[in-house]
Amino acid sequence: MDKEPLEKTSQQPLEKDKLSSGEYKYGFYTSVDADLAPKGLNEEIVRLISGKKGEPGWMLAWRLKAFRHWQTMTEPHWANFQYDPVDYQGIHYYSAPKKKADGPGGLEEVDPEVVRAFDRLGIPVSEQKRLSGVAVDAVFDSISVGTTHQNELAKYGIIFCPISEALQKHPGLVKKYLGSVVPYTDNFFAALNSAVFTDGSFCFIPKGVRCPIELSTYFRINAAQTGQFERTLIIAEEGAYVSYLEGCTAPMRDENQLHAAVVELIALDNAEIKYSTVQNWYSGDKDGKGGIYNFVTKRGQCRGNNSKISWTQVEAGSAITWKYPAVILQGDDSTGEFYSVALTNHRMQADTGTKMIHAGKRTRSTIISKGISTDQSNNTYRGLVKILPSAEQARNFSRCDSMLVGNQCSANTFPYIEVDNRSATLEHEASTSKINADQIFYLQSRGLDTEAAISLIINGFCKEVFQELPMEFAVEAVKLLELKLEGSVG
Amino acid sequence: MLEIKDLTISMNGVEILKGINLSVKQGEVHAIMGPNGSGKSTLAKIIAGHPDYTATRGEILFNINGKMVNILGLAPEDRAREGVFLAFQYPVEIPGVSNAIFLRAAFNEICRYHGAAEMDPLDFDAFLREKMARLSMDEKYVNRPVNVDFSGGEKKRNEILQMAILNPRLAVLDETDSGLDVDSMRVVADGVNRLKSGNNAFIVITHYQRLLNYIVPDVVHILKDGRIVRTAGRELALEVENKGYDWLKQG
Repeated sequence: MDKEPLEKTSQQPLEKDKLSSGEYKYGFYTSVDADLAPKGLNEEIVRLISGKKGEPGWMLAWRLKAFRHWQTMTEPHWANFQYDPVDYQGIHYYSAPKKKADGPGGLEEVDPEVVRAFDRLGIPVSEQKRLSGVAVDAVFDSISVGTTHQNELAKYGIIFCPISEALQKHPGLVKKYLGSVVPYTDNFFAALNSAVFTDGSFCFIPKGVRCPIELSTYFRINAAQTGQFERTLIIAEEGAYVSYLEGCTAPMRDENQLHAAVVELIALDNAEIKYSTVQNWYSGDKDGKGGIYNFVTKRGQCRGNNSKISWTQVEAGSAITWKYPAVILQGDDSTGEFYSVALTNHRMQADTGTKMIHAGKRTRSTIISKGISTDQSNNTYRGLVKILPSAEQARNFSRCDSMLVGNQCSANTFPYIEVDNRSATLEHEASTSKINADQIFYLQSRGLDTEAAISLIINGFCKEVFQELPMEFAVEAVKLLELKLEGSVG
Repeated sequence: MLEIKDLTISMNGVEILKGINLSVKQGEVHAIMGPNGSGKSTLAKIIAGHPDYTATRGEILFNINGKMVNILGLAPEDRAREGVFLAFQYPVEIPGVSNAIFLRAAFNEICRYHGAAEMDPLDFDAFLREKMARLSMDEKYVNRPVNVDFSGGEKKRNEILQMAILNPRLAVLDETDSGLDVDSMRVVADGVNRLKSGNNAFIVITHYQRLLNYIVPDVVHILKDGRIVRTAGRELALEVENKGYDWLKQG
């Protein structure tokens, strides 16, 4: 990953026939009896989803407005992608594993196959086996199948539950905040999600409470020809703190599957939200067949003064990733951060980055993006830093580094900067580098094998991002990247 | 400890090394001199196992646990673990990876291979700083990324530092003196001399005689056009210094 060699070393590019990277470990399918909506999207389907969840009337009305608005929109194609058009009428918009009996709910009624599937993914959902220090909401296709630690969290006044449950138990809170950061008119996929979202997590951290454990959601797509449209809403009241993690996987299939999520974060005065993602959706085979189309709208609003929102993402899966976690820095002295590692292999296409919108005075933002591309993949960073006239003395620091492994991949960086206040300070750094055979040989000649050498190089490259992840997640992320890069060099 | 027999290497149909024979015993320092393009660096790289070069004929025997083993079949990392070290002519940059992390990873890898206990970060830090002080390397190089923004001289010192840390049985120095001023050369030579013992051996590849004023060789070989054309004692280096290489005939 030297920049242009200054010395006359033999910067041998890696041979292309040696390039092909690791297998996907989470590609299994669980056979369950599912409650499946008919294919296609129309008002009836929207009503059906709302009905399944027993939603209040205002929710259905909002969904229908979103649906009608979506019908007026067209799929955006400004991203750096090539893919066949999505057939929105060829998808099931609701698929839920059937419960054993109709009852008051609870994990004991969930199909044991579903519980086993989560166990296999290393996500124990039963309270007996639950992870200490992490509360988990497990979402299987269109519904949440279990949320751990709820009672403990309730003692602190923290609400952590599926959003469908929040609509039943805390409709006032949902109504107050849902769509307040990402309105349904925002973009094509956000409108679609608003019409047909099924499950996702709701987190509410009341004033002055520091959430004592990590909150997390694990998203699993299982059923074929379905889409997953989850909606997550996190609110941290004045002085509250929460660290939230999400993970995702899906079976290996030849068809493409759509995942269009919306995540909204709201931080009030002095509140802090730390949101971490390890995205490992199935990315298709080495010829680009199959994989998840991941069109996601994630946005946080630092609504209060001195609040902070931090996005950390490790994007290692999906055939297509379209994702720009944003922070609207509304409150004075608020802080937005974006730390990202995006790894693409085979024929994956990632177009990801962030938006930092500075409105408040003395607002600060930091962007650290690391893109790694291998095989024939295409990895794009796209980011916007916008300083509004009201943002006196705003500051931004951006750093975008790309690493290429092999000769057939590509990396692009599109940083957009719009400054409407002369007191702003912006810095932007960028680099492109390559892992080359000489680096591998150098490390080998010191006793490290190829895998250890690549791992050392990749860890060095991603260090600033990995150190932002919670400890166990960082370990997981390193392992995931190593697995993905296995056999990709040398 | 090292026995190279009839080593022949072709690249794109052109022979670069044409039947090299070389025997290095424990405790010896061998110098290999020769004009540009004579095959010196190729020889260094194939000893270390560079994947670009394959032998079309011959073998490289290296003493492993009392047996002479042809190391051409060993991966570069296994050669390193068995005690072969190459000080690179052009050390490679590894951005983002600190010198300390890199050196400890390498050191512990070799410990693991030999079933020895690994060194923890604190002990290793002390060990590293002591070695660096001896090479007059500034402490800032502990946490700087490997070779990134190092001057030419610092890169070469960093190679000698790695050698001092890994304590190889056979060290091949590929034009370590090129681009060094006299002071740096003294420091580098001092590093080599300090490491010298009856149990290890050195192959010093150089273009010029001057390094050999500081690292005194037992045997000098002249490599020309892929062949060793003359082998003699130290005086051969001085003769080359005066007369150049042209008077030496091939074979």
